[in-house]
Order: sequence, then structure tokens, then C-alpha cells
Amino acid sequence: MPEPTEITEPAVAAAVDAALAAIAAAVDSAALKQVRAEHTGEKSPLAQLNALLRSVPNEQKAALGKLVGGARGRVNQAFAAREAEITAAEAEARLAAEAVDVTALPARYTAGARHPLTLLQDRVTEIFTGMGWEIAEGPEVESEWFNFDALNFDPDHPARAMQDTFFIDPPEQHLVLRTHTSPVQVRSMLEREVPIYVLAPGRVYRTDEFDATHLPVFMQFEGLAVDRGLTMAHLKGTLDHFVKAVFGEEAKIRLRPSYFPFTEPSAELDFWHPTFKGGARWIEWGGCGMIHPNVLRSAGIDPEVYSGFAFGMGVERGLMLRNDVSDMRDMAEGDIRFSQQFGMVV
Amino acid sequence: MRVPLSWLAEYVELVPGTTPEDVHAALVKVGLEEEEVHGFELQGPIVVGEVLEFVEEPQSNGKTIRWCQVRVAPEGETAADGGDAVHGIVCGARNFFPGDKVVVTLPGSVLPGPFPIAARKTYGHVSDGMIASARELGLGEDHDGILRLAELGIDAPVGSDAIELLGLNDAAVEINVTPDRGYAFSIRGVAREYAHATGAAFRDPVARSVPADASGEAFPVVIADDAPIRGRVGSSVFATRIVRGVDPARPTPPWMVARLKLAGIRSLSLLIDITNYVMLELGQPMHGYDLDTLVGGITVRRARDGETIETLDGKQRTLHAEDLLITDEAGPIGIAGVMGGARTEMSDTTRNVLIEAANFDPVSIARAARRHKLPSEASRRFERGVDPQIATAAASRVAQLMVDLAGGTADAVGGLIDETPAREPIALPDGYVSGLIGVEYTEAEIRGALAEIGADVEEGEGGLAVTPPSWRPDLTGKAELAEEVARLVGYHRIPSVLPVAPPGRGLTRAQRLRKRTADVLAAGGGTEVLAFPFVAERDNALFGSVDGEPVASVRVANALDASRPLLRRSLIPGLIEIARRNLSRGLVDLELFELGLVFLPEPGREYGTAVLPAAAARPSDAELAALVEGIPPQPRHVAVLLTGDVVEKQPGQPAVPAGLADALDAVRRIALATGGEIEIVQGRHQAMHPGRTAELRAGGVRIGFAGELHPAIAEEADLPRVVAVAELDLDALIAAADRTVEASPLGTHPAATQDLSLVVPVETPAAEVGAAVREGAGELLEALHLVDDYRGPGVAEGAKSLTFALRFRAADRTLTAAEASEAKLAGARLAAERFGAAIRD
Repeated sequence: MPEPTEITEPAVAAAVDAALAAIAAAVDSAALKQVRAEHTGEKSPLAQLNALLRSVPNEQKAALGKLVGGARGRVNQAFAAREAEITAAEAEARLAAEAVDVTALPARYTAGARHPLTLLQDRVTEIFTGMGWEIAEGPEVESEWFNFDALNFDPDHPARAMQDTFFIDPPEQHLVLRTHTSPVQVRSMLEREVPIYVLAPGRVYRTDEFDATHLPVFMQFEGLAVDRGLTMAHLKGTLDHFVKAVFGEEAKIRLRPSYFPFTEPSAELDFWHPTFKGGARWIEWGGCGMIHPNVLRSAGIDPEVYSGFAFGMGVERGLMLRNDVSDMRDMAEGDIRFSQQFGMVV
Repeated sequence: MRVPLSWLAEYVELVPGTTPEDVHAALVKVGLEEEEVHGFELQGPIVVGEVLEFVEEPQSNGKTIRWCQVRVAPEGETAADGGDAVHGIVCGARNFFPGDKVVVTLPGSVLPGPFPIAARKTYGHVSDGMIASARELGLGEDHDGILRLAELGIDAPVGSDAIELLGLNDAAVEINVTPDRGYAFSIRGVAREYAHATGAAFRDPVARSVPADASGEAFPVVIADDAPIRGRVGSSVFATRIVRGVDPARPTPPWMVARLKLAGIRSLSLLIDITNYVMLELGQPMHGYDLDTLVGGITVRRARDGETIETLDGKQRTLHAEDLLITDEAGPIGIAGVMGGARTEMSDTTRNVLIEAANFDPVSIARAARRHKLPSEASRRFERGVDPQIATAAASRVAQLMVDLAGGTADAVGGLIDETPAREPIALPDGYVSGLIGVEYTEAEIRGALAEIGADVEEGEGGLAVTPPSWRPDLTGKAELAEEVARLVGYHRIPSVLPVAPPGRGLTRAQRLRKRTADVLAAGGGTEVLAFPFVAERDNALFGSVDGEPVASVRVANALDASRPLLRRSLIPGLIEIARRNLSRGLVDLELFELGLVFLPEPGREYGTAVLPAAAARPSDAELAALVEGIPPQPRHVAVLLTGDVVEKQPGQPAVPAGLADALDAVRRIALATGGEIEIVQGRHQAMHPGRTAELRAGGVRIGFAGELHPAIAEEADLPRVVAVAELDLDALIAAADRTVEASPLGTHPAATQDLSLVVPVETPAAEVGAAVREGAGELLEALHLVDDYRGPGVAEGAKSLTFALRFRAADRTLTAAEASEAKLAGARLAAERFGAAIRD
């Protein structure tokens, strides 16, 4: 474009038209920058026309000034509008380019899992601590006195043989792998002040071969309450509350006469649930009863003043009933697929 | 205990149509738990047939078969299978004659197996049924030939139902008898319990056999126990009876064979079967001697050291001084209550029988049965207690059956030795039963229940005086009586009342932190496992010892797997085994963790106690302390194992293989979960990679290790080369971490950040250099973070350049760059002082 020498309406209009056409033709911010330099920069026709204002006669200054100013205003306005358009388009294009397949992003975190047996044990623990009970513990290698004698197992009574005991070498030193969590009963009664309401979860041992329905190492939880005036009705009420908390309001329990050396009367605990696999029915889940007076005496508690109840259940069996586990080996082998079905919630 | 229903029905009323399931359901209510139902599992038509004639036909296979014509229905009638009255049957046995009555299983019948019978072509004939042996009918083991009814001493018309005739339509319920209820190891006891459960009338079988006159002459018996066990004389009751002129070859009647079989006892011979039958019926173990083999009278005494006996099973046994023996003048003739001797046993030549019905001390019998590994039907009953008042009646019952079935004559009754102490009544205070059970029983209910179990109930001071019946040695106190009332009235009467515990304190701190540790490890990607704690010698030698120094282990005396007799000192062997199992199942990316006890006895110390305190009384403080101190230390550890990738290869994401860094991350998670501080320093462990092992410390004390398994050990265990593990004493960490956080004020003035590169010898631990910088820079330094470890051009051989990013902040003002630089240089100076660190520009 030839350099203008005089401010004329056609010259201004031509410069404006050229600028607007170029602005409209700019497709991206780089092109627009180029257009801005060409049409509004120092060497641009409009700038040169503007520069000519200095040399126009005074009486024309106002009119020509308005002409050139108006022209520059229109061009700048067009720039701003086009710039906004392009910025918006470009931002949108960038977002579009940044889109990802959310289903194919890499997982940098591998999910882990608690073991369902310990999860169920935690759940049971929560129910009882919620009732004000405390959690008691004891060793797994235990003295026979705590495991048997104090629990009213006579050394020569066949009940002692019911327990399939692992003995620690040498057997004359009277240590065993505890066959039940019941020794914690005695420890709790010796260590704590009456009233005592404790739950003792933990691992126990029996010389059972490892198969689909037997484990030589398994988990139990044992409940113990000693107070004035406790009756078998309190035992029933506690178990009732407990199974409803674990299995839902429809669950119910039944006590059946049985025998354990450390309780008298003794009972088997059956419980019933409408959604058992194989139909609603009664299923056996543990033993319970009123603490035998001899057990209270072993712990220095006067059975004429206090009474108490105790119950014990297997965690494995609870899991089998509640979560349809059919093979006990799955709970012991450590195949990660087993625990990972449960994640952090049982 | 297996109870044939026909037998049960003799002593308690069973409503017609009562099924085994009904009986189970009734018995479970009074505490006899149901097991199985046993029957003969056969199905008719099975009938009495008569062999009319047969032809012997030798076969090419060397056998000779008999082609028999057998009448299976009276002439002119149709057989039970709808066929002709005479069936042609092929028979392989040859122990019968024309005219013999036999058992014929007709086409359509089913024998135990199941083995369905059909007309079939064999040896050139169509055999239209089968002539059965005792074994085929499920009646016994005898398969020498077919069953001839004449041998059983019975006859029945042709065509009559053999199932009923032989008692094969009976069924037995099996129940689990708890160790306190010895009396339920008898039809008598179960019938009584069934009566308790249903209210049906009970007829005591003992009553029938109580002799009117017991003044006969006694067989000489002396009880001479000079070494009672736990102060209890070995035998308190001894009854004898003689039956003369028996025919030992007579068959046992089929009803008795069938009942014994259903009860789980094999028929041996008539005389022995009778003693077993009465034991099952009354619960009194019986023994029969061949009277003519006895030398002089009987003495019951303890064994002498070195004495031996050949028992009924043909085994020579050396006796122990505690064994209670039945002896005659020539030596031992039986281990009392356990097993009889071979010298005097009844045989097929016995003519005169001495019957023994005795009562032995449970402890004596239990020990002898265990010592000789001879748990017998007799010892099982004696261990649990046998009714001491039925010996004479039981002997009379055996004598009567021998007279009836074996054709002898019984001597007069006499000579019972009975030194059973009279039972003291138990005081049952008013209100006790209701107060223990939580049910308001009426006095009539309490008296009624106790009377029903056979107790003698009298008025006592402030309550009742209850003398339990002779067959219930388990009823020793008022709690036992309360149970009897509760179970007879029914446990369903007990209401449900939730007791209110005093306010609790929730989990203890240690319990809470352990649970959180497991949660945090799982949330961090670990999968919790629970390994058995049984390990091999080598596992404890390798993982239970840091440097190969020998360690002590707890040893299981009767391990299930002899190759793993020890209890673990470390959780790592269990994790390795579980890792291998997962790997073998194609699961190769593993992060396993376990929280569990380890067993850490100290070398040279003996644990346990040689003597146990008495039961039913609180031991002295010294006794309790000895028990508690005798238990080996069993701290709770936590361990992790990682192998494979911690991040899998994915689009845009290369795989991140697991290594020591991940094990240390797990350690840091454990520290976070417990609120503890774990110091990580370079360490050594014999089972770990010598250059990739960290020792873990809390409060300055070693609590564990993290490292990569020594590659040689990983290879030997068939594991990938890189397996990272960490294990620490969680109890110790939690104990060391017991602190309350004191919160610092948070400065809000601008921070100044600067980098600092220090050149140090390569063996200098970065953490120590960082600690020096931190200490030297003082309190203006808010955070320090190692960002680079450079070795190469520009840094001398044997040296490394560590770059730390530092963030400075003052609590009260905006720091100037000069102040921050001054603090940084102070840090560098201390590092220079300690490690010769030089600032790298």
C-alpha cells in the first residue's frame, strides 16, 4: 500500500477496510498479532494518517482528527472483539486436546485388603465396646493351669481329652498352645475388679488336621461377665443383642442344654437367620453358660456373692455363615484373592 | 451312642410312627445332640425261601455254581415280586442243602451298597433273584456262605418277610453324649432322657432284673488296692454270677445281631454278644470268664512292676504299677475296666461262665486306657461313671439271657461287694435356681424336675436337701441341680434380658493403634494374611537370629507336621510361604502383611512350671507369679513382604518394581499409624542383602529390620530375585511412641527457599548429613528435603554431591535473603565439621 500523503476520507476508509478485512481473516492469536502490527503499528496506514494530523491546518484539525480517531477506534474495537473470540476458541481447543479416556488412566495405587477374619473380629469388638465392655487379651502359649485346671477341667476327666491339645515340649512343664480363649476369663477375673464385662478375641489351637472344615489354628472370641445377680437370662439377652447386631434384626438365638466343665448350666448357642444359604434354619455357633462356681473360686471370687456368664464363638464359623465361605482353607492359605473380595469391609 | 429305636421302645413309650428324626429332635432338647441316623439301607421284597433242589455245574473259570430251584411263596400263590412261587436262582455258595430255609432277595429289592437286584443272565441261566449271605444283608462280616435260617435257630413260613424276621427294619439314632453324662451311654439312660423330653412313660430295665433273693454262695473275690490313685480305691463294687452248662456254639438270635450291629458292635459269638448287649442296655460294662480256666478266687489289685498280660486282642502288654488288675491265683486275668485277658476268655469250648459286673474308679480306668492306648467301650463308660447300684441286676440279666439263649443254668445270686459311700444330700437354698437362671420357677416345678431325674428331694434348712440318683455322679453341687431344673422345664422358658455394663473406656491405646496399623497398611496397598505360626528349625535359625548366633525356640511336643515343630520367632517365614503359594497361582505382584505373635524364649531358660496349683481356689500370689513368669515372651510383631511390581505397566505408565523403598514406605506408614518415630539406619541381617538392609529403631533401641531378602535365600526359596521385607516389634514401637503432641504455632511470614549442595564421601549416610545441616541452621530452618544424590563428572571419585532443598521462615518477621543464606551456611559448616562436607557451587 502506498504511503498516504494527505488525509482524505477515501484514504481513511481504505485503511479501515483493509484493517477490518485483515482482522476478520486472522485465524489465531499469532496471525492477529501480525495483523495488529501491520494495521495499527507505527508503519501502518492509520498511524501514518494520524501522524499527518500534525501538519494539517488548524481549521481542519477538528474534523480530520475526528475522522482519523473514529477510524482508529473502530479498528481497535474490532481487534478486541476478534482477540476475545480467538482466545476463547483457543482455550476451548486446548481443553479439547487435553481430554483423556478416564477409563484408561494408569492406576498408581494398588488396592490392599484386611483379612476378613480380623475385620469380623474388629466388628464384634466394636459391638461389645459399644455396650461398655472392655477387650482383654492373653498369651497363646499358656499354662495348663489357666487353660484347664482353673476352668474346672480335672486332669483325669475325659473333658480334658475333648480338647485335642498341642503341648509344649517338655510336657512336664505344663505349657500348651491355648485350646480356647477361655484362659483369658481366668486372667481377667484375677486382674480386674468386679463388676467385669470383657470380651477376649484371639487365636486358639487344636490338633485338627487342616482340611475344608477344620483348622489347627483358628480364632475365637470369648465373652465374660461377672457381677451381682447375673442370670442366664442376661446371657441370653447379651447373645440376642449380639447376633442381631452382626446378622441383622431378623436373626434370633436358641440355647440348648450342653456340657462344658467351666460353665453350669451350660448351653450350645444356635442361631437362626432367614437368608442362610440352603434356607432359614438353626445353626450351631458356640457354647455358653453360667460360670461354674469352681472357676470363680479359682479366681478368688466368692460364688455365693457373685455370678457370671461366659460364651465363646468361632470367628471362622461366623464368617462362613455370614459371607458364604464354604472352604476353611481359603481363610488360612493367604491367597490374596480371598481377602481382596472383602477389601476393608466385611 | 447309637440307639436302635425298637430297643428304646422297650423302655419308653414311643408313639407309633415316631421317626428317627422325631427322636433326635426330642433328645436335643434335653442336651443329647443329634449326630446321624443308621439303618440297614435295604428294600424288599426280601423273603424266606426254601431250597427245593439244585444242580452243581462246573464252570470254565474253575468255579462250580449251583443252579437252584427255590420256593419263595406257598404253592399256588404268587411270589412277592409278582413272579412264580418257585424261582430259578444261580448261587456260588455251597454251604446249604435241599430243604434249607434261606433269605431270598427277589428282583426289585435293593441291598446295602446300594446294590439293586434284578433277574439277570449268568452262567447260562436267568437267575431270578439272589440267595443272600449275612454280609450282603448288612448283618455282619460273615461271607463264608449264604445265611441258613436253621443256623440262627429260627424258622418261618416260606414267603414271609425276611426284613422283619431279621430285625432289618429297625433304625438307630446316633447322639453325641457329653462327658458328664456317662449314664446316657445306655439304652436305659437314653430312654430316661427321652421320657424327660417328651413326658412319655419310662420303664427302668434294671427293675426287671433285681433278684428277689441274694443270699446265695459267693464266688471268692477280694479287693486289695494298696495304692489308691488320688485317694480313691480302684474298685468299690464287685458282683459275680455263675452260669453252668452253656452251649457256646448256639447262634445269636437275629434280633440281637441286628441291634448290636445298629449300635455299632459286631456280633462275635453268643456268649460275648450277650455281655455286650447288656452293657449297651444298662450301661454296665460286663465281663465273662471261662470258669474252668480260672485258678482259685479273684483278687482286684494294682499291678506289680514288670508284670505282663496277654489281652483279648492277642497283644502282650507290660503293666504299670498304677494299673488296676483283676487276677486269679495264676496271675492277671484282665486290666480292670479296660480289657480282659486271653487266658480266661470265653471261647467256643466254654461250658461254665463266671460273669463279672464291677464298678471301677473313673480316674484309674482313664489313666490305664490312655497308658495302654486302649479306649474300649468299657473304659469309655467307666471314665464317665457307671451306676454303682446296678451290678447285681446286670449280672442277673446276663445270666438270664445265657440261660434263655445258651441253655445253661444259673447259680444262686450272692456275694455282692459294695463299698460305695452313701451320697450326701446337696443343699439347694430357696430362690437359688430362679436367681441363677432368671426364671421364676415354682417350687412344684423345681421338686418335679429333680424327682423326675431320679433325685431324692427332702425339706432342708432354708431350702431343699437333694440326693442325686446313683447314676448321676456329675451332680455335685447346686449349680448342677439348677441346670437339671432349667433343662427339664426347658431352656425356652429363659427370657432375654440385656445386662447393663458399667461405662467402659473403649479399646486400650495399644488395641486401637494395632487396629489402625492394620488399616493403614491395607489402605497403603497391603493385603493382610494370617500364617500358621509353625515353622522349621531352619526358619528360626535364619530369620529369628540377626547374625547366626544360635537362638532358643518354643517347641511343640506333638506337632502335626514333624518338619515344623517350632513356634515362629519371626513373621517372615510365614509371609514367604504365603508369597510362594500366591506365586504358584500366578499372582506375582504381592504386598503382604501380617500382625501376629512371635515366640521369643531366652536361651537356657526353662519355661512353665513342674507343678500346677490346685483348682477351685485362688492360688497364692507366689504361685500365680510363678505361672505368669513361666510363660515365654510373646510380643506382637508386624511384617510386610513385597515382590513383583508396586505399580503395574499401564498406558503411559511404566511398571514400578517393588523394592526396599516400598518396604520402608510401609515402615513409615506403621510409624504414622502408631504415632511413633522410627529411625532408619544402615543395618545388617544374615537373611538380607548385605547392602540393602535397614535397621529400624525406636527411642534409640532396635525394634526390627527392613531389607531385600538375600538373593541366595530368595533363589533357594524359588522366589523372584527382589523380595523386600520389613518386620518390627509392634508392642515395642507402641510403648516407645507413648507421647502427646505439643502443637507448634504456624508462622505466616513469607518463606525463603534455597538449595544447598554438599560434597561428602559416598559412604556418608545422607540422613546424617541432613541432620547436621538441620542442627547447624537452627530454628529458622523450617524444612529440609534431599532432592539429589549426584556422582560423576565434576565430583571427585569416591565422593557424592547431596542437594538439599531448604525452606526458612522466621516466626516474627520477613526473612531477608542474607539471613537465610547465613543460616544455610551455618548448616553447611556443621556438616563440614562432622563429615568434611564441602559446598559445591
